[in-house]
Amino acid sequence: MKLIYEISSKGRGGVRIPEDRISEHDIISKNLLRAAPAELPEVSESEVVRHYTKLSRLNYSVDTHFYPLGSCTMKHNPRACEAAASLPDLCDTHPLWPQLRHGGLLTQGSLQILYSLERMLSEITGLAEFTLQPMAGSHGELTAVMMMAAYHRDRGNKKTHIIIPDSAHGTNPASAALGGYAVVTIPSDASGDMDIELFKAALNDETAGVMLTLPSTLGVFNPKVKEIIKAVHAVDGLMYYDGANFNAIMGRIKPGELGFDLCHLNLHKSFSTPHGGGGPGTGPVGVCEKLRPYLPISRVAKTKDGTYTLDYDFPKSIGYIAPFYGNFAILVRAYAYLLMLGRDGLRATSDRAVLNANYVQEKLRPYFAAVTKGRCMHECVFSGKTLGEGVHTLDLAKALLDRGYHAPTIYFPLNVPEAIMIEPTETETRETLDAFCKDMIEIFELSKTNPEAVHAAPITTPVGRLDEVAAAKNMELTFQ
Amino acid sequence: MSISPFACTSPDDEKAMLASIGAKTFDDLFAHIPAEFQSDQFNLPEGLSEMEMMQQIRAIARKNSSDLTNFCGAGFYDHFIPAAVNSLTSRGEFFTAYTPYQPEAAQGTLQAMFEYQTAITRLTNMEVSNSSLYDGGTALFEGMMMALRITKRNRVLVDEGVSPIYRTMLCSYTRNLKIEYREVPLSGGVADRAAFAKQLDGTVGAVLLQNPNFFGCLDDLTDVIAQAHGAGAIAVVSAYPISLGVVKTPGEMDADIVTGDGQSLGLPLSFGGPYLGFMATKKKYVRNMPGRIVGATTDGQGRRGYVLTLQAREQHIRREKAASNICTNMQLCALRSVVYLSLLGKHGFTDVARQCMDRAGYAWMRLKAIKGVEPLYDRPFFNEFALKLPKDAGEVVSDLISEGIAAGFPAGRYYPGMENVLLCAFTEKRTKKEIDILAAKLESVL
Repeated sequence: MKLIYEISSKGRGGVRIPEDRISEHDIISKNLLRAAPAELPEVSESEVVRHYTKLSRLNYSVDTHFYPLGSCTMKHNPRACEAAASLPDLCDTHPLWPQLRHGGLLTQGSLQILYSLERMLSEITGLAEFTLQPMAGSHGELTAVMMMAAYHRDRGNKKTHIIIPDSAHGTNPASAALGGYAVVTIPSDASGDMDIELFKAALNDETAGVMLTLPSTLGVFNPKVKEIIKAVHAVDGLMYYDGANFNAIMGRIKPGELGFDLCHLNLHKSFSTPHGGGGPGTGPVGVCEKLRPYLPISRVAKTKDGTYTLDYDFPKSIGYIAPFYGNFAILVRAYAYLLMLGRDGLRATSDRAVLNANYVQEKLRPYFAAVTKGRCMHECVFSGKTLGEGVHTLDLAKALLDRGYHAPTIYFPLNVPEAIMIEPTETETRETLDAFCKDMIEIFELSKTNPEAVHAAPITTPVGRLDEVAAAKNMELTFQ
Repeated sequence: MSISPFACTSPDDEKAMLASIGAKTFDDLFAHIPAEFQSDQFNLPEGLSEMEMMQQIRAIARKNSSDLTNFCGAGFYDHFIPAAVNSLTSRGEFFTAYTPYQPEAAQGTLQAMFEYQTAITRLTNMEVSNSSLYDGGTALFEGMMMALRITKRNRVLVDEGVSPIYRTMLCSYTRNLKIEYREVPLSGGVADRAAFAKQLDGTVGAVLLQNPNFFGCLDDLTDVIAQAHGAGAIAVVSAYPISLGVVKTPGEMDADIVTGDGQSLGLPLSFGGPYLGFMATKKKYVRNMPGRIVGATTDGQGRRGYVLTLQAREQHIRREKAASNICTNMQLCALRSVVYLSLLGKHGFTDVARQCMDRAGYAWMRLKAIKGVEPLYDRPFFNEFALKLPKDAGEVVSDLISEGIAAGFPAGRYYPGMENVLLCAFTEKRTKKEIDILAAKLESVL
């Protein structure tokens, strides 16, 4: 498809700008002005509308396709949450207003939403207090690592490293490094859990903390979690819960009650806010009582008279990690979703997510090598090693695109060869799951009888397999 | 029984599905987790219907005073957003898609990103752009880290005209790293050349600047950037994107890395987010740039297509050695901005920038004529400037709010000693009449 720059035609424009000049503000000398206008497209509104509508139709999305992308929790996004976030009273509020004198009174609605959502997340996770500021899951990880560092500094602890299992998302080690720590990676054992013996050997007085995803990225709930937490606390280390997979246990298990000291939640996953093609996300962080002083500022507080206010007076705080209060419009969506789910809906959601994953796992088990012998949680992981000779997981993924599904997550986790990670989510019907499994099995069989047909996929998508090596080599990153 | 309005299996389905996997109840699915790990104490309200939820949130939202006439900017501005921006970007195919891991099924997202990257390079006069970061503050931090990676040095000089909102973030982020972070006070409202020259030695890796700066002052930073280059440092410039409609670009000043907040490009203020951070650089530094980058390529039949490229820098491959821990971007916000920029186009974008400057120019004339009011700096500005008032600016703002006007931002909140300084910002949305009312009311409370 042509680029918007390629349909540009001199003299067109998509917006009429008011012409009422009210002054001749010409105090700017030439050396402060740009030499020529930016070469933006010249297109009418109808051309812009048609162009981006056409572009949108080249996408697979949850609204149009089953999207079993493991670990990403691509579930339905209730439209009411959009309606709530679009209310003009919420959209048109400047983030600096509450920082004006008496300005908190101008933004009581927004502050109340933040305060209420924090309280709900604390209740759900069993942690004392939340900050809603982190703008993505990985930003939440970094915020948590910064709080870990502040805690240890305050205690005079000499800590040098953070322990992370090899099945963790790559953001965990990257966030630990950005927080100033070395990373010690622990391999997984045969059951997919962090190898407990190797873990204990690595744990020492210099361990700042451990970052654990639970259930793990293999879709397994580590039954030794309390043992791990106890050992970490014994060296005054902190236990961090990566909430990437919280969708499996919400409404049933509180990480805080298990003994975790900090956690982040991906509201764009578990709490159903749209992924938007990859962002914005939001990754609030909860902490236990002893870490409360280190939370970022500002913090939302409720005063005795019932009004809401911002509080900055926390001398031990790690400081500011975001310009304001987080991705507010995304937080509104999560709040609306939680209000509709309520206590029972929360558990019902994870129950159905786990049911759907186990249902798919058992249907596919005779064909693909399942990583889990018993029950999985909200996602199931297979290896594509059983596909026909010369056929890889990537080929399976492309063949699924041809059949109208977004592909599962592939080649992750890294410790499973030819990994296929399927997360159906609770918002898919049994009929969809049956049809998907049927297609998975057909592709499996085709890989044995006609591997070339699988290699050729996809053929129904707007483009075929793209040359990624050439993209990196030629580096055409803008339209010239 | 418990209901989740968004779970899709019927009770009959559930019975059959449980049976097919050898379970009787949902509890069986969790039987491998020790019972003592499970909690039944969830002190949450009962779920609401959509109608009840909307009533509740509407009532809460009404407690905001969103109808103030807004002259408060400080980096975040109340610009007009054409209706087509909302309507196109709320299409489910964009809205409910994920990261384009399967490029054949995500050409819409990928092409839009390629168009966005192109727009950002054209606004800034730089060679390459990533496909967005969280916000202007974290983008500046990432720009600083990138500069230190390139120079393999660990000292940073930051101009005090850089938004204090961003500088406080930089302080937090650098605290655990081996980075020496130093701020350079302004001189007459702009970067202090002599102070930079004095401090720029062979150990400084990054120089952070902003134009227009926090006080709205415009500056041609070409010489400061040349100074930085002379010392082997990388110059990072944070820019306000709308100003780039008329103002000399960081690229024209030979900046190495340009960052900024894209909120003004078609995103509502929304009480602080989501916004987007943009970042552009010279082609030779592209492998040090964090975040997602989209590149053009072809398929087996020679058709043009787009993919995420240079992923070897990223956390999912490099883990703790990655260029950054960032694994996402602000895709949907970036989409809003490229739709916005396409609608305005080459001439509309320039016109909007001119309108902002024009309104600020009129207000400058009106406000500095008020008895007792003086400009803090008599320097060229774009759409925002600082005034010295005869009394506490916080009090003045507070007084005018009861008149329905958010008169500006009191600089004293971030700059001790500037308690009487008020920052006033103007966009194309502010009318002559509104500015006249601001002038009259300001005069009446002084």
